Amino acid sequence: MHESRVETASRARPSRHYSSTAGALLLTALLLWAVAYPNAAVVAGSFAKGLDYWRTFAASPADREALWTSLWISVVSVIAACVIGVPLAFLLTRRAFLGRRVLQAVATLPAALPPLVGVVAFLFLYGESGVVTRTAQAVLHLDTPPWTLSGAWAIVFVHAYTLYVYVYLFVSAGLERYDGTLDEAAAGLGASTLRRLVRVTLPMLTPALVGSMLLVFMSSLGSFSAPYVFGGGLRVLATQIVATRLNGALGVSYVETTVLAVSAVAALVVLRWLEGRRRYVSAGKGATAARMRLRSPVARAAAPLAATFIVLILVLPHAMVVLVSFARNGAWTTQVLPPEYTLDNFRRLMTDPELWRPVGNSVAMAAIATAADVIICAAAAWLIVLRRFPGRWLLATLVALPWAIPGTAIAIGLASTFNRTDLFTLRLLLVGTFWILPLAYFVRGIPLVASATEGSLRQMDPSLEDAARGLGAGWWMVLRRVTIPAARPGLVAGATLAAIMAVGEFVASVVLYTHANRPISIDILSQLRAFDFGTAAAESTLLICLVLIITLVARVPPRAPVT
Amino acid sequence: MAHGSAGEGARDDSRHGSLSLREVTRRFGATVAVDRLSLDIANGELLAIVGASGSGKTTTLRIVAGYEPADSGSVMLDGRSIASLPPQRRDFGMVFQHYALFPHLSVAENVAFGLEARGVARADRLARAHAALESVGLSGAGARAVQSLSGGEQQRVALARALIIEPRVLLLDEPLSNLDPTLRRTMRDELRALFRRQRVTALFVTHDQEDAFAIADRVALMSHGRLLQVGPPEVLYEAPATRAVAEFVGRATIVPARDEGTHAVITIGGVERRVRIAAPGGSTGSALAVLRPEALGFAPPDWPDAWLGNVRARRFAGASYAYQVELADGVTVEVSTSERLADEGDRVGIRIVREPIAVVHE
Repeated sequence: MHESRVETASRARPSRHYSSTAGALLLTALLLWAVAYPNAAVVAGSFAKGLDYWRTFAASPADREALWTSLWISVVSVIAACVIGVPLAFLLTRRAFLGRRVLQAVATLPAALPPLVGVVAFLFLYGESGVVTRTAQAVLHLDTPPWTLSGAWAIVFVHAYTLYVYVYLFVSAGLERYDGTLDEAAAGLGASTLRRLVRVTLPMLTPALVGSMLLVFMSSLGSFSAPYVFGGGLRVLATQIVATRLNGALGVSYVETTVLAVSAVAALVVLRWLEGRRRYVSAGKGATAARMRLRSPVARAAAPLAATFIVLILVLPHAMVVLVSFARNGAWTTQVLPPEYTLDNFRRLMTDPELWRPVGNSVAMAAIATAADVIICAAAAWLIVLRRFPGRWLLATLVALPWAIPGTAIAIGLASTFNRTDLFTLRLLLVGTFWILPLAYFVRGIPLVASATEGSLRQMDPSLEDAARGLGAGWWMVLRRVTIPAARPGLVAGATLAAIMAVGEFVASVVLYTHANRPISIDILSQLRAFDFGTAAAESTLLICLVLIITLVARVPPRAPVT
Repeated sequence: MAHGSAGEGARDDSRHGSLSLREVTRRFGATVAVDRLSLDIANGELLAIVGASGSGKTTTLRIVAGYEPADSGSVMLDGRSIASLPPQRRDFGMVFQHYALFPHLSVAENVAFGLEARGVARADRLARAHAALESVGLSGAGARAVQSLSGGEQQRVALARALIIEPRVLLLDEPLSNLDPTLRRTMRDELRALFRRQRVTALFVTHDQEDAFAIADRVALMSHGRLLQVGPPEVLYEAPATRAVAEFVGRATIVPARDEGTHAVITIGGVERRVRIAAPGGSTGSALAVLRPEALGFAPPDWPDAWLGNVRARRFAGASYAYQVELADGVTVEVSTSERLADEGDRVGIRIVREPIAVVHE
């Protein structure tokens, strides 16, 4: 229909005023400088001696091993996350059983664990001296622990636990939107349960499934804390980059960074292509299929038990971190549970300036980065969705780019670009200063805030802006009363994600921190290294609380409409 | 709007203006959405632009509102060009197709939005919003969320929001297309009554000719960006200027005829009929006659001068019956009668029962 084409086109209207084109230009320039330039510098750095660094990389068995390990661990992590996430999503959206609500409430809990805190919790639970390990050892009367939490499978274990949430959330959302009458139609045509699943349900869920697989793959590929702590002698690209850099082989570390980033972008392109081939829109509105009660009496009896068990496993890491935060440092040696409890860890956290400093740093740096993300991304999303100007695709690409690039690669890029002040190459000395970490957090937060805000603005009826202008509102009133309220849900959700990411950030921090601006996550690591488990746990608990506070603040509803 | 407030009839209509479009053209790439359109809307007149999807009617409305620039031509309010005025300074009220109510504002805040933009104090604008809501039959709905309203209620809110600024011209984009048929018929009458009462100058676009005929004083028919004909509904129906108008407006069978000035001669299957022409004065010679279903009637097959044919289909349309009757020379006409007079397969005679008829010259 011609009319509707014109209407669609009018959503993004050509800017009549030069101000929005000028704004777009300024924003694009800023993002080119902060996002594209450092990554380009890394790629350029890898070719600084022609192909020499690349030859060194190709000839190094350690690097080949790291690349290979990174890739297969990511693939296995995707499979493991799907094996847990898909059935759980089906179970919780399609079946009714005792304990479902509790299970549903805690199912996303692992995602609320900052990366390093999850690793710490696993160490306390399943590590050599972990509670579960020691319990198993005692029950089985073994002289040595029944397992060691080390190597590739330990990493996959942590990944599966923390990343299945993406699969679960995406597939659940897909199932919630899923038109249940499609299943009814297939059943009416004589299709068996299995055939319905394979021929109807799964194809309809492909976009959700592929989207979540992509997230898991990218997160696994860029994962740093799990390999760093549990890797043992195992090399993966992310840790190898930092090791190579510490050894002073900068050129090779650029090659490794480039390879890591290219792998991630390649995965993104391949999975997006797969996703694009299978995108269906349900023709009718339909209705979500109702939850069915379990039929077999065995299943009905087993369900609450299984649910309790899963809930326990999901809650255990958080509980363990909190428990250990009350354990006296050094008292927990060979016992199953820490023998002595105290408030000392928290007291010291509050009173020792050296311990309090990382907390203040994390909060301040996360606040700065999130504020910058909100301002920059709100403007970018507004321009991308509601305005038409030459180079819109470039701006859209720039705000999405940090999402495709692992945190370690972003950090290496910033470290290699902002290491001196040089006006001719537009470099600024930030490495070694406070500001390098807020910058890194800002860059990592851009895609989170931008995509959520774009989503909100895309849902806005474009004629709302027209209606406001037609009623006499100037640009400021349109922005304040119509556009910003429309963008608000996405802006808040994106800012929440960005703030949570920033306050517990570890991957980029470990490359860029200095003693003065060290964040909580880095301090947790040093406490672990010093075997001050109680202090590490107290800091982790504080981090969990910060995440909780951010989430609660974001939930405060906007001022209620008054009449 | 069923319960209009007392003061409305006496409202000063000096704010309402007359609108003129002169040779307005708008292109999107290679397509010409609006092609040299000229149109006049008098002060207080209700004019409807009717056309199919893609005829350029919505683009025309957006140009008048100021959301879309014209590539050439001019839009004038009371004789002065308004091309340089942005939408927020035109003082036009617009009702959008999907209403464009602000989802985060209450009903009253939506209605008061235009007053807020004009710096009216809060208490004052909310009081006026409640009065405006009362005038569209929604008193007491001010505190509600717009999502809680039905389609018809949202439509009234959108209308109140557009009218509260006392617009110089009221613009409506498919104002009734989201309503169910029953509500739609009620709203037609209410809209016309309200506009009459407030003496607004209104321009509305619709793809539905029944909406246009029921509400508008004059109807402009657009196709492919061009104006085909503009006039009162009866004129468009009884004396269409071209075949396209005749075919778009109402139902009609177009058959070849010979124009003899005041009369036309229609020959089907060798049987000639001489009929008076509604608006004579066109060129004489070969022409096309427009046969409306209600201008045709049944006759016994042996009736002199009747065209013979077979009833192919019969449809019950509530107040009337409609028949498809196949005549000679491959001509199929539609006939409507108030009573059931024939069945499918019947052999019937067809005659012209109402004169004059319209003749077009392609």
